[in-house]
Amino acid sequence: MTELARTRPESFFSDRFNITSGLMDRVLGGNLIGKVDDADIYLEYRINEELVLEEGTVKKASRHVSQGAGVRAQAGTRTGYAHTDEISIQNLDEAARQARAIADRSGGSGALALPTRGRPHDLYTLAEPPIVTDLARKLDLLRRIDAETRATDARVKQVIASISSEEVIMLIATASGWTVGDIRPLTRLNVTAIAEEGGKREIGSYGGGGRVTFDFFLEAGRWRRFAAEAARLAALKLGAVDAPAGAMTVVLGPGWPGILLHEAIGHGLEGDFNRKGTSAFAGRMGQKVASELVTVVDDGTIPNRRGSLNVDDEGTPTGRTVLIENGVLTGYMQDRLNARLMGMKPTGNGRRESYAYPPMPRMTNTFMLAGEDDPEEIVKSVKRGLYAVTFGGGQVDITNGKFVFSASEAYLVEDGRVTAPVKGATLIGNGPEALTRISRVGRDLQLDEGVGTCGKDGQSVPVGVGLPTIRIDGITVGGTAV
Amino acid sequence: MNIDLLVSVLKRAAQRGATVADGYLVEESRFGASVRMGEIETLSHSREQRLALRVFAGRASAAASTSDLSRDSLERVVDEATALARITAEDPHAGLPEPSALIERVPDLDLEDSSDDLSPEEKIEIARRAEAAALESDPRITNSEGAEYSDRRAHYAYATSHGFARGYATTSFGISVAPIASRNGEMQRDYWYSAARKRARLEDPAAVGRIAATRALRRLGARKMKTVEVPVVFDPDTAASLVRSIASAASGPSLYRRASFLLDRLGTKIAAPAVTIVDDALIPAALGSRPFDGEGLATGRAVLVREGVLESYLLDTYSARKLGLQSTHHAGRDGSGVSVSTSNLMLLPGKTSPKELIGSVQNGFYVTELIGFGVNGVTGDYSRGAVGLWIENGELAYPVEEVTVAGNLLEMLAAIDGVGDDLVLRDRTVAPTVRIGRMVVAGT
Repeated sequence: MTELARTRPESFFSDRFNITSGLMDRVLGGNLIGKVDDADIYLEYRINEELVLEEGTVKKASRHVSQGAGVRAQAGTRTGYAHTDEISIQNLDEAARQARAIADRSGGSGALALPTRGRPHDLYTLAEPPIVTDLARKLDLLRRIDAETRATDARVKQVIASISSEEVIMLIATASGWTVGDIRPLTRLNVTAIAEEGGKREIGSYGGGGRVTFDFFLEAGRWRRFAAEAARLAALKLGAVDAPAGAMTVVLGPGWPGILLHEAIGHGLEGDFNRKGTSAFAGRMGQKVASELVTVVDDGTIPNRRGSLNVDDEGTPTGRTVLIENGVLTGYMQDRLNARLMGMKPTGNGRRESYAYPPMPRMTNTFMLAGEDDPEEIVKSVKRGLYAVTFGGGQVDITNGKFVFSASEAYLVEDGRVTAPVKGATLIGNGPEALTRISRVGRDLQLDEGVGTCGKDGQSVPVGVGLPTIRIDGITVGGTAV
Repeated sequence: MNIDLLVSVLKRAAQRGATVADGYLVEESRFGASVRMGEIETLSHSREQRLALRVFAGRASAAASTSDLSRDSLERVVDEATALARITAEDPHAGLPEPSALIERVPDLDLEDSSDDLSPEEKIEIARRAEAAALESDPRITNSEGAEYSDRRAHYAYATSHGFARGYATTSFGISVAPIASRNGEMQRDYWYSAARKRARLEDPAAVGRIAATRALRRLGARKMKTVEVPVVFDPDTAASLVRSIASAASGPSLYRRASFLLDRLGTKIAAPAVTIVDDALIPAALGSRPFDGEGLATGRAVLVREGVLESYLLDTYSARKLGLQSTHHAGRDGSGVSVSTSNLMLLPGKTSPKELIGSVQNGFYVTELIGFGVNGVTGDYSRGAVGLWIENGELAYPVEEVTVAGNLLEMLAAIDGVGDDLVLRDRTVAPTVRIGRMVVAGT
């Protein structure tokens, strides 16, 4: 597989499938250019490897290959999309004809797509991509993680550790004559510990990764920290008390709790929902939607991050979009379709799960900039509330703005002191309102460890989030202790 | 269907040193049409195939899959899988089912629609009619996320290196609508859908649209609530999500990993006597039906919970051997290997009408939507965002949002004190209306 990692996307698809950028242009030119407002051909080849350790030994190993091509034609607000898993010129021609069928049903809007230009970034060229790293090294690490997790706490009875590695090679040709490719490595290490004591069982999970080499896990004691955290979380929860129920002051720790931003405002600022007027944020550009302490950006250009991309899945180089500046709504995240229809610029946020789906506006790495407060002081400022450090998943209803995210490590705060750990609880709030209640922002911005996956309309993509310690005055905590 | 291809791949695996191997091949074609505000938004066509392979080197195993069915690629996949199997550890429980246990005659479950395909225009028209019915039903329906028609035709084949090879075909069809209601600056979206194996069994598109509109409209004017502990009634859709959580905790992999709140509870009471949960794979023309599971074992009707007692787990061959039990023929198969999956999973109906269940509540919460992931499968701790209607004096009084419902699944199951008579098999996992005696609803 080493040769895959070394070759350029153009030569990869030409060597393996005899599809050159000239042929892709011919398919576009023959079938689509001049007949629709915008069109593109997307080629993808993906290798995925997963190693899972259970009960101290590696019992599951799997390797998956998927490949395919998607052809898209757009006229006005309409999209025709056809895809095939057999990459050949005949299939591309056939897919292009099917995609165009939509344009023949109705006239175009006359608003032609702006040509994409701009150099792709170089954010994750790796000495050795994780997919090619020797299996023996990965297996050895998993065994050491198993031992380390068990050694951290004697109550740990079960460890599940996994390393997944992926490489995606993509090539896109657009109607404006722009062809660009990308090779995207991605890896993730995950540790789950199950602790038991006195008939009670609890689970703790921790992990991380990014568009990084396998050695990333060995650096800075990372794998030991992941193992220790999983064990600590499982053991901690054995002694957790019922979470409180009702609205209260909540302090969020730095890093992964940034999922708050992803759910509370991120999805609501994706171009498609705003063009259609279905987002709770629609028509609120320039208005105050958060406390003046709050500045939020979406940045796809941070080297080696899980949510970063050299170019998005439409060939637009990713960028840094300021979504909220000092509390004021300043930007949407756009793909080409919605940017064209809204008279705005694509922001490099057009993403898709795979060749089987047309792209749509998605987040990359979404985080809040650091403030000035001392994180410890923020906790001390709370008389009675919740200090939430680690979260599971979240979800949002774009239209009414209601969002949830589930705390998996949280503590009571009593008279400024962090006291008992509480059981997992869902936090629920209202997007356009929650960020107006942020009263303190710490100076300790952290990005998450690299574990996030975002789902929208059935499509999953890797993303990142980040947050400094913040204090929110009043959000509903869904516990059972009344 | 290219069963020969699958058989030849397994043969090659044996030549490359695999002691046994099995494989699953899926070929499918899909069509989707979405309209929004009366205009076509997206049309999509696709044809796909995927071959998933599992090889054993003695008691060590590995899985591989590919969507590239060219000869070169398949040979590479086989070689990689057999190489991977050699580096994984021996596991005494690994292996295929006994060849004698595999299904002999594949029953015809009437899973394929034989009517002529519609033209793209006719399919677009179905979606358009569904959305139009929603938009026209009330002036407060002012916007829409659109409506969608989809169909899928698939062939499945399973084979083993012992020479077993069987297959079957299915079709499925769907319509969904997501209208938006608004009033005084408030916007509320909801949706409704219909899905079926036969196109003729889809509900009338206009009826689907009208239900979606009614659902969005009844959310207008939603209030927040003070935190209280009250009876909670789950509508059939949200009650089905509780059934899914139980199935997940009853599945073999969760159990042998000791990551389930149902561990060591086989044969014990886990729910109120009103609760009987069945998984039936053989219902003709039903969405979850399948003649055999992902390991070639004949499917049937399994009772998970009978009158509150946990009667069976959901097991594939591996998890069954780990637990010292027999497979319950619930192996599911996807790209990443073998897992456990249910077929038509149902909480069986009681004798009380939903109106009576709601009518029995003086002050409580009727849940119509749950959001978020707040279910801990290890402990059963439960905390999810909820939307619904407040019940006052036995009547649905006003909509409620931005609250959570929380408890522990085992306590919730024990507290089920009413099961509705309104079960409709309209999806793979279904339930009637369910009343739980007491839960904490957290709000302001």
